[in-house]
Amino acid sequence: MTYNPFDITKIRADFPILKREVNKKPLVYFDNAATSQTPQAVIDVIADYYSSYNANIHRGVHSLSQEATDAYEIARQKIQQHFNAQKAHEIILTSGTTHGINIIASGYAELLKANDELLVSAMEHHSNIVPWQMLCEKTGAVLKVIPMTQKGTLDMTAYASLLSDKTKLVFVNHVSNALGTVNPIASIIEQAHQVGAKVLIDGAQAAPHIKADVQALDVDYYVVSAHKLCGPTGVGMLYGKEDLLNTLPPYQGGGEMIAEVTFEKTTYADLPHKFEAGTPNIAGGIAFGAALDYMNGLGFESIATHENELLVYATTALKEIEGIQIYGEAAEKTAVVSFNVKGIHPYDVGSILDKFGIAVRTGHHCAQPIMDYYQIPGTIRASFSFYNTKEEIDRMIEALHRAIQMLQ
Amino acid sequence: MTIQEIQQEIIDEFSLFDDWMQRYEYMIELGKSLPLISPEFKTDDHIIKGCQSKVWVHAALEGEKLQFTADSDAIITKGIIAILIRAFSNQHPQAILDADTHFIDQIGLKEHLSPTRANGLVSMIKQIKLYAIAFQTQLN
Repeated sequence: MTYNPFDITKIRADFPILKREVNKKPLVYFDNAATSQTPQAVIDVIADYYSSYNANIHRGVHSLSQEATDAYEIARQKIQQHFNAQKAHEIILTSGTTHGINIIASGYAELLKANDELLVSAMEHHSNIVPWQMLCEKTGAVLKVIPMTQKGTLDMTAYASLLSDKTKLVFVNHVSNALGTVNPIASIIEQAHQVGAKVLIDGAQAAPHIKADVQALDVDYYVVSAHKLCGPTGVGMLYGKEDLLNTLPPYQGGGEMIAEVTFEKTTYADLPHKFEAGTPNIAGGIAFGAALDYMNGLGFESIATHENELLVYATTALKEIEGIQIYGEAAEKTAVVSFNVKGIHPYDVGSILDKFGIAVRTGHHCAQPIMDYYQIPGTIRASFSFYNTKEEIDRMIEALHRAIQMLQ
Repeated sequence: MTIQEIQQEIIDEFSLFDDWMQRYEYMIELGKSLPLISPEFKTDDHIIKGCQSKVWVHAALEGEKLQFTADSDAIITKGIIAILIRAFSNQHPQAILDADTHFIDQIGLKEHLSPTRANGLVSMIKQIKLYAIAFQTQLN
């Protein structure tokens, strides 16, 4: 028997929501790829901020403002250390992944010219497609697609042939939200750099499972959302290399992001404040740091080991059910299983599973191009976290059998 | 029968069931008796937006009464639209406009009434009412 360093009972006790019932059944939460649940330690940090030192940051000379500023900047350092950025001011705190992508897309509107080429992978979330389409409309740049294969992996040969000296930017997710595929981003980044292109990696789905080292990857921009890794909603990170962020114009005008304002001319603040106009989500930023502390306390290797066991267990059990088709069978995957039952609409299955207290996502997962590729309306997606158990997977499989009985 | 009488009939039928599973099974059964939309109308013009599954609804005036046909690619959604059509088909457009839809709540499908619910029950009701407005104008 393999040694499991996880005390799952203790870990589950850290998450108050896991004790609740849904439709009179104990909740089985398998929608972690949409948002993860929040441990008490993180909830406490949010409550403590509002109970003890709620104040606006970077402005006041009074003690509360100092305390809040210190806590916020310590959180930024925790994020810096976690992703191994060289400098704390390369970490821009955002409202989430989508915000981070839009900051970059908006900045490049002034740096691109007509017929420059941007490459985007075929398995992106809409948030990593639409901002670039808007950028192309503004600049006359051309968006090209890195195709995917039947297994749900990127076609790396096609990628190599799409790259040229016209390529300015490449966008790929580290992990696909709909399929769980871990993309070979180190190789993608290296090849892009050979033609002088910059790379933005959407790390939203990877961050809960994989500790990315932005220096080792030599990535230009990396974006994540805190709520996928046990933090609160409405806060995230944009990492960018210092020299690149310095060349980009600011995204929004406002307080905080200025050095000096007169009606004739305003000079912008240095990083990171240049991209942090207005009062940020202070409690959220501090809680983001606390969430990383919590997850690092468990250890990303232990998390990956446990989640991989769940993935293998669920995949094996699902394959035993007649008529199940699994989408995304890359060799390297996070704990996501996207599937359909032959002849049954994913919406019907999701509705019945909900009645059994089981939360899965159904639909296109904001990744319609993937659904178009497989020519399906959507999938049922079960996405696991470190606090899930094999017993919960058993309950999903049992409920799935009941759903199939009802729906066939 | 008036819309209200039909709605009461549906409420009475659903009151026989003790749990959600029986209600869902009955709803799925009702979906099988749905007057199906003719394939020529299964176009984007007849799709109801706001549903995770596809729902097509068509209406035509026969005399002074509206006849609805529909279909869906999901069978729970098909059951829901079948219940709505049973309540509203073969009625005068004005009667459809005057009718309320509280019976949905009373047959234990309240959760489907939320406007954010992905099955789009609210959009289906809206579409039925829009057809009624259009044909009422025609009758005037």
